[in-house]
Amino acid sequence: MDINDLRSLITVLAFLCFLGIVVWAYSKHAKAGFDEAARLPLSDDDLPASRGRQDQEGKANG
Amino acid sequence: MQSQATYNYKVVRQFSIMTVVWGIVGMLVGVIAAAQLVWPELNVHEFLHFGRLRPLHTNAVIFAFGGCALFATSYYVVQRTCHTRLFAPGLAAFTFWGWQLVIVLAAITLPLGYTTSKEYAELEWPIDILIAVVWVSYAIVFFGTIAKRKVSHIYVANWFFGGFILTVALLHIVNSAAIPISFTSMKSYSAYAGVQDAMVQWWYGHNAVGFFLTAGFLGMMYYFVPKQADRPVYSYRLSVVHFWALIFTYMWAGPHHLHYTALPDWTQSVGMVFSLILLAPSWGGMINGVMTLSGAWHKLRTDPILKFLITALSFYGMSTFEGPMMSIKTVNALSHYTDWTVGHVHSGALGWVAMISIGSIYFLLPRMYGKTEMYSVKLINAHFWIATIGIVLYIASMWISGVMQGLMWRATNADGTLTYSFVESVKASYPFWTIRFVGGALFLIGMLIMFYNMVKTIAGQKAYEAPVLTPAAAHA
Repeated sequence: MDINDLRSLITVLAFLCFLGIVVWAYSKHAKAGFDEAARLPLSDDDLPASRGRQDQEGKANG
Repeated sequence: MQSQATYNYKVVRQFSIMTVVWGIVGMLVGVIAAAQLVWPELNVHEFLHFGRLRPLHTNAVIFAFGGCALFATSYYVVQRTCHTRLFAPGLAAFTFWGWQLVIVLAAITLPLGYTTSKEYAELEWPIDILIAVVWVSYAIVFFGTIAKRKVSHIYVANWFFGGFILTVALLHIVNSAAIPISFTSMKSYSAYAGVQDAMVQWWYGHNAVGFFLTAGFLGMMYYFVPKQADRPVYSYRLSVVHFWALIFTYMWAGPHHLHYTALPDWTQSVGMVFSLILLAPSWGGMINGVMTLSGAWHKLRTDPILKFLITALSFYGMSTFEGPMMSIKTVNALSHYTDWTVGHVHSGALGWVAMISIGSIYFLLPRMYGKTEMYSVKLINAHFWIATIGIVLYIASMWISGVMQGLMWRATNADGTLTYSFVESVKASYPFWTIRFVGGALFLIGMLIMFYNMVKTIAGQKAYEAPVLTPAAAHA
């Protein structure tokens, strides 16, 4: 086998891997996790104005 | 609450402030270089000659301004979305001081004439080694933080930042491989020869665009757009798919910088085809960002930070449409080596990279000092409009002069001789170079307004360290 066959094979495998990612991303299985992940920046209260409340939360959750 | 753990805001604060400072320096050098094209007598000394200031400008805006913005935002985003303090704070501090040293060394050696002559990789070998050490430290801090995260998910912005960090390490180390003529000399020769050297250089060069100037800033986009719009990203699925599509395609696009050169024809064609395919993942990201605002469009009217972020996405969409078009060989035959390329780069660099960074830094700065807003929201708005007008003047003038130059250079008489001499095309370009100078100067004025706003926001304020929050129940 020529080294170029190996190179072609890797390209094809990479493409199949990408198709796999697409199928996985659009499967029902991934949906719940994605929704949860999408909320990550929003559920994080980063405004210093609500400092007091955050401190209390920190204490409660120890 | 003294014992309460806090996020490492110090390094974010340092990088945020230096983003604004280096932005001003880099853009000032750009404006000077633009003026030198209009008024050649401004080339007063060999140290300040156009040929040496131009790489100083590109290095300063890409690696000093853009780099500091990427460090600041990635360190902030990775801590907040992982609900944990930065891993290895000593190493994080080293990345700050190390990166500043790289920038200062660049500002000294480039005007002195030390250059490898590789575009966007001009710095000589001792500085390249320092960059590699700082960059590996950056990777350790970033991925170490991800490893000790308190939530199960790795938020998509971190995927983009992570992809950018890994790829830039690979690109920099491979392309900078060189053999110094001696250990006491700054001079080195590339480890590659001939057309291979050119191909390695543009494999690096285009992926610097794809990963440094795109993936990293998409990481910024995926955090700050949802945050500022107060809505989750439009389609998380799309973000995952277009991330991997970018990763799989960008690596192949480099040959479009070498159309009609000694590079084999088939390699040029592969580069062209992959550049065309790139339109899809690029627009995936653009649409995903812009649509995040659906149902909240009214916020654009009152929130200048959101204006910066969304306008950045619009320019991202425009330049990633223009790029694939310019990579088509027949279009490239007209556009290559003309001002069109310069206009295209600035549509991406000013419109996308600078605007998304500026919006993100306006978001970060007040939070770094325990405030909710910048000193003046009106000044952010003024900055936005001045910058936008500046970009439009810049790009429009370069389009016109670029197409004009391309047409003049290829025009032939019936007997096959050239219709115009080169100097005639230079002479015809002057009015557009003047407009470009004005556009660039406007963009710089916007950065000066930002600097004033930053100083007023910080003045009299104590540095603020936010407590590390336990993740909301759903994510734990």
